[in-house]
Amino acid sequence: MNVLLPLPFALPLLGAALAMISRRRRFWLRVLAPLVGAGAVAASVAVLVAVARNGVVAVQAGGWAAPLGITLVADRLSALLLVVSSTVLLAIMLHAVAEGAGALDRRSEPGVFHPAYLALTGGVGLVFLAGDLFNLFVAFEVMLASSYVLMTLQPTAERLRASMTYTVVSLTSSIMFLTALGLTYAAAGTVNLADLSERVPALPAGTRTALGLLFLVVFGIKGAIVPMHLWLPDAYPAALTKVTAVFAALLTKAAVYALIRVETLAFPREHGSRVMLVLAAGTMVVGTLGALANDDIHRVFSFTLVGHIGYMLFGLALFSVAGLTGAILYLVHHIVVQATLFLVSDLIQARTGETSLHRLGGLARLSALIAVLFFVPAMSVSGVPPTSGFVAKLALFQAGLGSGRPLAYAVTGVAVLASLLTLMAMARIWALGFWRPRPEEAGEPPAAEPYTRGGVRVMQAVTAVMVAGGLLIAVFAGPLSSWSARAAADLVDPSAYRRAVLDGRAP
Amino acid sequence: MTGPALVLVLTVAVLFAAGFDLLMQRSLIRVVVGFMLLGHGANLVLLLAGGAAGAPPLLGGGSKRAMADPLPQAMALTAIVITFGVTAFLLALAYRSRRLLGEDEVQDDVEDRRICAERRRGAWDAPPERHDPLEEDE
Repeated sequence: MNVLLPLPFALPLLGAALAMISRRRRFWLRVLAPLVGAGAVAASVAVLVAVARNGVVAVQAGGWAAPLGITLVADRLSALLLVVSSTVLLAIMLHAVAEGAGALDRRSEPGVFHPAYLALTGGVGLVFLAGDLFNLFVAFEVMLASSYVLMTLQPTAERLRASMTYTVVSLTSSIMFLTALGLTYAAAGTVNLADLSERVPALPAGTRTALGLLFLVVFGIKGAIVPMHLWLPDAYPAALTKVTAVFAALLTKAAVYALIRVETLAFPREHGSRVMLVLAAGTMVVGTLGALANDDIHRVFSFTLVGHIGYMLFGLALFSVAGLTGAILYLVHHIVVQATLFLVSDLIQARTGETSLHRLGGLARLSALIAVLFFVPAMSVSGVPPTSGFVAKLALFQAGLGSGRPLAYAVTGVAVLASLLTLMAMARIWALGFWRPRPEEAGEPPAAEPYTRGGVRVMQAVTAVMVAGGLLIAVFAGPLSSWSARAAADLVDPSAYRRAVLDGRAP
Repeated sequence: MTGPALVLVLTVAVLFAAGFDLLMQRSLIRVVVGFMLLGHGANLVLLLAGGAAGAPPLLGGGSKRAMADPLPQAMALTAIVITFGVTAFLLALAYRSRRLLGEDEVQDDVEDRRICAERRRGAWDAPPERHDPLEEDE
């Protein structure tokens, strides 16, 4: 067990180092990176199996006992997210490798992509496994520092502008994270999450609320919760599309995970719940309206991403087993579906060289495959049955209506409305991009993609597998919901988590 | 609150105020300096969190009560390394931006500007053709 738990992040970090050394040897990179990604998936699955057998698993790295040392913990929630995220990361990696290997223009793939991507994989793994706040901070820094590098690949003027905004905003929230961490230590004398969950209730109510809200702001910025979302729709669309896919799938979700973890474990349930409900409603409305107003496909997807962070926040804000179950289901569904949407838009971009809706058109005739690949995740993100989005949304709506709080009823209503707006945004892309004939101003579509036939086939196959993965979530909704429900019960009652971490604690 | 701690608290306040002010400027180099100030402020907060100064925290050395708390200092060290690395990256980014754009300022977002301009023209009340392709088809 001691060896297994660090593997999901240690393996990719080691791979990143190897890839960095040999970053000029393209072929080797294209073999190494997916292999390491597959290794991370295998390690995550092994952690999942271990958690299924033994409950919460904890390791004290370096041999220092719990509140002092670096603690790694995997419970049901982190194990599930580890498996989903490492699988999605591997899929996007395969897509990127196919794109790089299949590119007709050989200069188009920077060698630093693979090491940065693997470091990001490692960072995401560490976020899910971190058992104390400081380790969580370091994990976020590993993940974000690699994301800054990925964001600035092949810099154009536009991309550089966007990445400057992105970097500065992320760094500011990191500094606030560090400050909140210092204040927490000053107040409670520990940053270990399990230890915090025991000590925080003894603090004065005002201190608790202040710290809880401070962490809400920190992870709110990182997770793009309205009104702290303004950086996201600016930054994400400017990156390379495969990079945007990773960002959209995982970076904001990692922040949502951290928020769920910190708020349920360390800070009392009732505080901030009303604030969170209002923020959730605002996030849903602003995000989905933004999706309707924009013209660039990437921007539309980025705004839907913002809007749907609201659903996860809604689930958390209810602070009930049902609500958290919905939030966890939504996390899993959204990681897969949002990545798929961006991969599809990469296919669209490859086929037409366009991402702007007013210049797109006739895609359904141009490529029926892309149309199908877009249609399924688009319906899923809108929550149309029988897709995974419907399963997750249903769980959330039930939790909202079952909570017995008027404000929660209102937010449930907003959530239904936001679903309809998302459907409208997706229908708009469908009508403009796929269904109507190609507009005259767009000119003739390019005869072929700037990739070899094999490269395109692999990219399409990866996207198809992701679409199928999204459908599988709906098919296995039963076991997934019961797993999520147990994970949520562990969050609401963290005694098992505490026992696993703090047994044999330092004096 | 004792004297030295109060001085540190005031320093943190000044660093944060100056840092956030610089962060909101358009010139990239000011933004970078602002970030550095904020980083120093956050590290001082960590240091403050450790409580009063004391004897070196060595195993087997002296009484437990007189020791300084080593944990926040270890955290501050790690945080210093991280902010240092990221500052270097930011500087490189600012330099690249100057090389590529020929100026040291954060630019407006094109899409934002487009939406604002259309709004000002009243384009949203009476959409022009390219904004209303759906109805064109009918």
